[in-house]
Amino acid sequence: MIKTDALIIGAGPTGLFTAHQLKLIGLDCEIVDNLNKIGGQCIELYPDKPIYDIPAIPECTGEELTKNLIDQLKPFNIKFHLNERVDEVKKNNDNWEVKTNKGTVFITPNIIIAGGVGSFEPRKFAPKECEKLENKSIFYSVKDKAIFKGKTVSIFGGGDSALDWAIELSKDSKINLIHRRDEFRAAKLTVEKMNKLAKDGKINLFTKYQLKSIKTSEKLESIDIEHENKEIKNIKTDFALGFFGLIMQLGPIANWGLNLDKKTISVDTEKFETNQKGIYAVGDICTYPGKLKLILSGFHEGALAARACFKLARPNEKYRFEFTTSSKTIKSRLGIKGD
Amino acid sequence: MAKITYIEHNGKSHTINVANGLTVMEGAIQNDIPGIDADCGGSMACATCHVYVKEEWFARINKKTEGEDDMLDQAHEPKKNSRLSCQISVSDEIDGLVVNLPEKQV
Repeated sequence: MIKTDALIIGAGPTGLFTAHQLKLIGLDCEIVDNLNKIGGQCIELYPDKPIYDIPAIPECTGEELTKNLIDQLKPFNIKFHLNERVDEVKKNNDNWEVKTNKGTVFITPNIIIAGGVGSFEPRKFAPKECEKLENKSIFYSVKDKAIFKGKTVSIFGGGDSALDWAIELSKDSKINLIHRRDEFRAAKLTVEKMNKLAKDGKINLFTKYQLKSIKTSEKLESIDIEHENKEIKNIKTDFALGFFGLIMQLGPIANWGLNLDKKTISVDTEKFETNQKGIYAVGDICTYPGKLKLILSGFHEGALAARACFKLARPNEKYRFEFTTSSKTIKSRLGIKGD
Repeated sequence: MAKITYIEHNGKSHTINVANGLTVMEGAIQNDIPGIDADCGGSMACATCHVYVKEEWFARINKKTEGEDDMLDQAHEPKKNSRLSCQISVSDEIDGLVVNLPEKQV
């Protein structure tokens, strides 16, 4: 069980800067994120796209912004819990008890939800019957490639994950690669490599096809794929892998009793607090009259939510506003010597 | 201004006037049309404003730009006539446009 002054959900730009603000005013915090890396949408959706509206930074990419925010957190020792999704929240006297899908339990007076547009989950196959075979014959990521050895594997998608796995698994498995169009968004070299393997008969390539339905007994027996022109082909296969990128879902947060407005959480504009005392929402996931989904708005919201956390984390102390330029206390927190 | 008809997957139809210069996605969001999520806010970074454009209209709206098909690969049940509605700009020329919404966005 981990005790902390504030738990931040989401390691995107807003979550990172909120952590900085908490540490500056002398509170500890830990950060949980469902992704396996820090940066949120900036890293997952647009690492290479330039952003032009971060104050005082004329131009930077999502990746650069993330790197700078991580650098800014260097003076502080912040614990990240990546690859973990927050599942349950319940009241525990004056604190919140938060449990993740990996069983980590936090006790904290303050939860700051900086969850962007929710947690990233793989896009799944459209036919509903695929659900039953998930993690048996149907996968959306590869954890143990040994299970595919000597089997027929049908891989769907046109990005790097789909092609990388098609190439890798073609060494020891019979591979069908199925994609909805004849262009691939994977890296050029990867596409060339895949095309060569297809020419040499190591990969059976089906373009302009998509999954129509599956035939199963206890496990997957075959799949029907449909061409753009409606022609249907039946393919015997042991496994089907789908790599259609990630979608964002609010997930378990939707069941925490917070006031929601579509996929966002309603907050006040003084503390960015939800209808639950000690639970705040900042960044893209919060809404209030006039809300702008800008990174800079997330920074502002995080700074105010951090001050609100102080009251609940240090009920017997009075918060004093200080500038980083002049405060000795803040400078010592930042590890800056002298005056 | 263009009259645009959004047909939900269950067949329910909504016809609204959308100002020139907006996108078909923005027209839907501003008028609370169910079935278009637009999670990324129109930056072509997700595929949750996915629509099917009726064949006779497909050639008349502005063409796909680079990257749109890459995002459509990640949509729910993309078809030949799939578009991201955030990439369709509204002008007098598309008055009468009809788009069908997929069963779901995420």
